[in-house]
Amino acid sequence: MTLTLPPQAGPAPTLQPTGWLRYFSFSVDHKVIGLQYLVCGFLFYLVGGALAGAIRTELLTPISDFLPRETYNEVLTLHGTVMIFLWIVPVVNGAFGNYLIPFYVGARDMAFPRLNAVAFWLIPPAGLLLIGSYFIAGAGASQSGWTAYPPLSLTTPATGQVIWILSVLLLGGSSIFGGINFIATVLKMRRPGLGLMQLPMYCWAMLGTSILVVLSTPVLAGTLVLLSFDIIAHTGFFNPALGGNAVVYQHLFWFYSHPAVYIMVLPAFGLVSEILPVHARKPLFGYTTMVYSILAIVFLGLIVWAHHMFTSGTPPWMRLFFTIATSFIAVPTGIKFFNWLATLWGGKLSLNSAMLFACAFIVNFVFGGITGVALAQVPFDIHVHDTYFVVGHFHYIVYGGTVFVIFSAVYHWYPKFTGRLLNEPLGQAHFWLTFVGFNLCFAPQHWLGLNGMPRRVAEYDPQFTWMNQLSSAGALLMAISTLPFLVNVLVSAFRGEVAGDNPWNALTPEWLTSSPPPVENWKGEAPLVTHPYGYGSAPDAIDLKATSGRDLWSSGRS
Amino acid sequence: MLIPAPVLSLIIGMVLVLSGLWIGQNVNLLPVDASSNAPVYDELFKVLFSIGAILFLGIVGLLVFSLVRFRRRPGELGDGIALEGNLPLEIVWTAIPAIVVLFVGIYSYDIYERMGGMVPLNDHAVHAMQHEAHGGEGGAAMAAMAGGGIESDERIWGGITPASADALTVDVTAMQFAFIFRYPDSEIISGELHVPAGRPVALRMKANDVIHAFWVPQFRLKQDVIPGQPTLLSFTPTRPGSYPIICAELCGPYHGGMRTTVVVEEPENFQAWVSKNSPNPPPAPVTPVVAAAAAISPLQS
Amino acid sequence: MTSLSPGSATSSPPLGHGDPAGPDSLAGVHDHDGAHGGHTSGHPDHRLFGLGMFLVADGMTFAGFFAAYLTFRAVNPLPSGSSYELELLLPSINTVLLLVSSVTFHRAGSALKAGDGARSRRWLLISAALGLTFLAAQLKEYFSLPFGLTDNLFASTFYAITGFHGLHVSLGALMILIVWWQSRPGGSVNRDNPFPLEATELYWHFVDGIWVVLYGLLYLL
Ligand code: HEA
Ligand code: HEA
Ligand code: CUA
Ligand SMILES: [Cu+2]
Repeated sequence: MTLTLPPQAGPAPTLQPTGWLRYFSFSVDHKVIGLQYLVCGFLFYLVGGALAGAIRTELLTPISDFLPRETYNEVLTLHGTVMIFLWIVPVVNGAFGNYLIPFYVGARDMAFPRLNAVAFWLIPPAGLLLIGSYFIAGAGASQSGWTAYPPLSLTTPATGQVIWILSVLLLGGSSIFGGINFIATVLKMRRPGLGLMQLPMYCWAMLGTSILVVLSTPVLAGTLVLLSFDIIAHTGFFNPALGGNAVVYQHLFWFYSHPAVYIMVLPAFGLVSEILPVHARKPLFGYTTMVYSILAIVFLGLIVWAHHMFTSGTPPWMRLFFTIATSFIAVPTGIKFFNWLATLWGGKLSLNSAMLFACAFIVNFVFGGITGVALAQVPFDIHVHDTYFVVGHFHYIVYGGTVFVIFSAVYHWYPKFTGRLLNEPLGQAHFWLTFVGFNLCFAPQHWLGLNGMPRRVAEYDPQFTWMNQLSSAGALLMAISTLPFLVNVLVSAFRGEVAGDNPWNALTPEWLTSSPPPVENWKGEAPLVTHPYGYGSAPDAIDLKATSGRDLWSSGRS
Repeated sequence: MLIPAPVLSLIIGMVLVLSGLWIGQNVNLLPVDASSNAPVYDELFKVLFSIGAILFLGIVGLLVFSLVRFRRRPGELGDGIALEGNLPLEIVWTAIPAIVVLFVGIYSYDIYERMGGMVPLNDHAVHAMQHEAHGGEGGAAMAAMAGGGIESDERIWGGITPASADALTVDVTAMQFAFIFRYPDSEIISGELHVPAGRPVALRMKANDVIHAFWVPQFRLKQDVIPGQPTLLSFTPTRPGSYPIICAELCGPYHGGMRTTVVVEEPENFQAWVSKNSPNPPPAPVTPVVAAAAAISPLQS
Repeated sequence: MTSLSPGSATSSPPLGHGDPAGPDSLAGVHDHDGAHGGHTSGHPDHRLFGLGMFLVADGMTFAGFFAAYLTFRAVNPLPSGSSYELELLLPSINTVLLLVSSVTFHRAGSALKAGDGARSRRWLLISAALGLTFLAAQLKEYFSLPFGLTDNLFASTFYAITGFHGLHVSLGALMILIVWWQSRPGGSVNRDNPFPLEATELYWHFVDGIWVVLYGLLYLL
């Protein structure tokens, strides 16, 4: 089906700033918003990383010497909150979602562009508010960890805790607006003729993620409102001293925060599904099972939250149920991993930075996933809950998984954003430094946890000193590894090799236009790409009918 | 051509499984075991570790092999083979993880059962324990229960309870930032936990302010101590020695310093410790408590 | 938010009906961009769908509250002597009020679609009046209750949930009045642009539905 277009007028005069200024404006262009998310998120990553640096410096010695104990707790709370709510979630959803989804569905913008801009602009103030709370004299930031369990969060200084709540509410609101927008865009904005099962996998990942966002984030919001009542109005919802129930908070919190881990990782799965086929020059293996496994993860993700509460005095049947349900997430997740391996098998793999980061993601995530399945076993978890084993588990997943994918995606889509390639040797240096530093930092933490080091402590048993110093050395390497990346990204924007429109010879629609793309995404009609992964076939067999963007498609490098 | 020569893959698979099993059996990452459920736990750990090692090595091996074998060599321009899927393969790798997790789940359930985690935790469980105590030889436990800080009809919220009759009961109070142990039958109040080796111990735990957690890595046991919701933790120490008790739930600035020691002693040493520290030595008439205490430590002179 | 000239509010080019960038306006504020007048374009308007999603999210907030309430009820018995019986009369009347207002609102919608603006406005006014009466009755109940916000767990939960719902009703009543004003002769809401009314109607039915659940759980259970 083709659209008949009325003759096009030139772009209407606009009140929106143009040029670089638009990146600081309330722009409604999904591409501008996407990059706003990306850069803003990365700045917060540097903040969160510096906080991690403070944590690792404190842990160089077994005594609490570098930071006062209260400050240590503030730092780890801020680190967790910043990394999750201001870096991973906004970037992997907001940044890439906004940039890519309209291309993928063949639209010129998101379903609700202004809502989209609002969602983004909630983030900087919320982030500044959160970080600013650290500097409030006498009160400081929240000290109760990113989980903010009452009654602790009711007894630590109230100002910091309330600001934390406010900030997370704003970020949650942003996330919900974004989720609504993605659902509407994927379901309702598809170009005529484009079927659901023809969408690039990232659309499915974002659809699943957004369903989780819409269903679970509001519960967190409601819970935090109740928590703030407990703090401000002295109600007793979660305060046992006033007849309340502290464990109910944990249920409500994890009802959001377990799905949140899939909110952090499903989009990354989607991005990997886009990146691997292009650089392996092969179709994505098992498209249909990939889609169903996403849906299965969404469903299971909603019913496993209490695996964070195995020691919280939950009844035995509950532990049993949540153990089984949690373990079963390994099945759909495993399907995805095996499909990716099959995608690589027999391909023509370019081992560039994007590919290396994506493959390292597989290694790290499988490791983190296996420790996750171990944690899901109640008897196992009872020993290692709230220890560095858990810290190791989730950094393997959030950093080794999601952050690696973000880097991979930046290497992959940078030519699209800027029209220039990133420098490959610098990229490889970045990769190896990160990969070695990451494993050095977080692998020893599993041993620490098994042998008796609890998490969230500024002081520990001296027998663990050596291991902790190893871990800190790894963190230093990771910090250093940021340098080549920063240099690369900044310098290549001006000096990088010109990429051409489609340097990877990719088939997904965002590459079937100029780089960077015009404001309306395609000069003419949106291309109809029914086989986004049609690599490996003879060129005339690739179904790109009605690909009017094709004339824009410079057949670039190999 | 997706699967290489079946024989080859069979051999590789067997090597993989064997090395995974070897790793699981021979790499020891855990501290000494000092309670009766620790060896059970270690068994589970070995199984999980073996399975994990097999999966991880297999997947990473496959990945690295692909990266090397299928890398694009200079001058190569073509695409890979246009392979979109393979249903039998998909079924295989859906079924294998499903079977593995099912096995792991059932196995860990069994382990948990053996640790006593599946005993329903409510007032009935406590009552049942008391009834057993009445009937059996565990007079001490009965006395202990009667003098406990937790009334027997109070709801117990969770924890681990092998229903054992002759358990030594200790009331644990957690507060910012210390554990306090009270022995109801001898009225000892201590900051250090002393327990005899070989006898079940039942900790009845309460928190005064915020949530804490009682953790002894060498026992492989942890239980949150929650204000307003008493919890129970039972175990049988086996190996005499001193082990750390660690608060494992963030409870404020000094959370990291909230630790003490559990001393597992030979029964006679424990008895000596009790008589030395008891504020009011047992009254002269032979009460059931003393009789029972004597009964379970016959070596006492 | 609508002060920009048509076509500038979204960055998408003025492609006429080929423009897939639907307008966004969740708050029920109508959109002046003539280009997006729902009926002229062959493309469906996604705003109602977006609002529907938002209501799903909102519903989950209530679901969280209800779950907390039920758990509290099940496992946290009130200290003896502090359980309160709730009067049933007022809330039952309130339930009827809200249910009737849903019907009247529906009438307003049908009337608008039938082109009878005056009748639609009459029904709107009646709906708003019913909503405001509900609020007044709710306030009266608050002041006559024998417990305050912080008295005990039950009291806190009761006020939190009914208060959160009351907030929704207040917002809804306000929206109805705005739509009533907008649908005056010559106003922006009419048969050709019914979205603000439809959105408010959807929202209002949602608020009523939540009340029915709330009434069942808090008063009857
Ligand atoms: C992106 C984030 C992310 C993701 C994706 C996951 C994924 C998983 N997580 Fe993790 N988790 C966290 C982030 C994440 N987690 C965080 C942040 C915490 C700590 C929160 C806090 O307390 O602060 C945590 C804590 C946590 C706990 C609680 C530990 C404790 O506090 O005691 C548990 C317990 O069950 C758990 C389990 C799992 C499981 C089973 C998965 C599964 O989804 C993993 C599935 C993947 C695989 C298994 C690998 C691929 C599969 C195969 C190759 C197939 C074959 C495999 C098998 C048959 C095993 N996680
Ligand atoms: C979600 C994403 C995410 C990411 C990406 C990270 C990244 C890192 N995390 Fe984070 N972490 C969490 C989420 C994350 N973390 C969460 C949720 C918690 C739990 C909090 C809680 O308990 O409440 C936690 C807790 C946590 C702890 C446990 C604290 C404790 O329990 O006491 C530790 C300790 O090692 C740690 C370390 C690190 C390190 C070294 C990195 C590194 O990967 C960071 C590397 C990046 C940089 C280093 C930045 C770049 C460099 C600069 C800006 C230059 C300046 C820096 C230096 C000079 C060092 N993290
Ligand atoms: Cu008590 Cu930590
Ligand atoms: Cu989880």
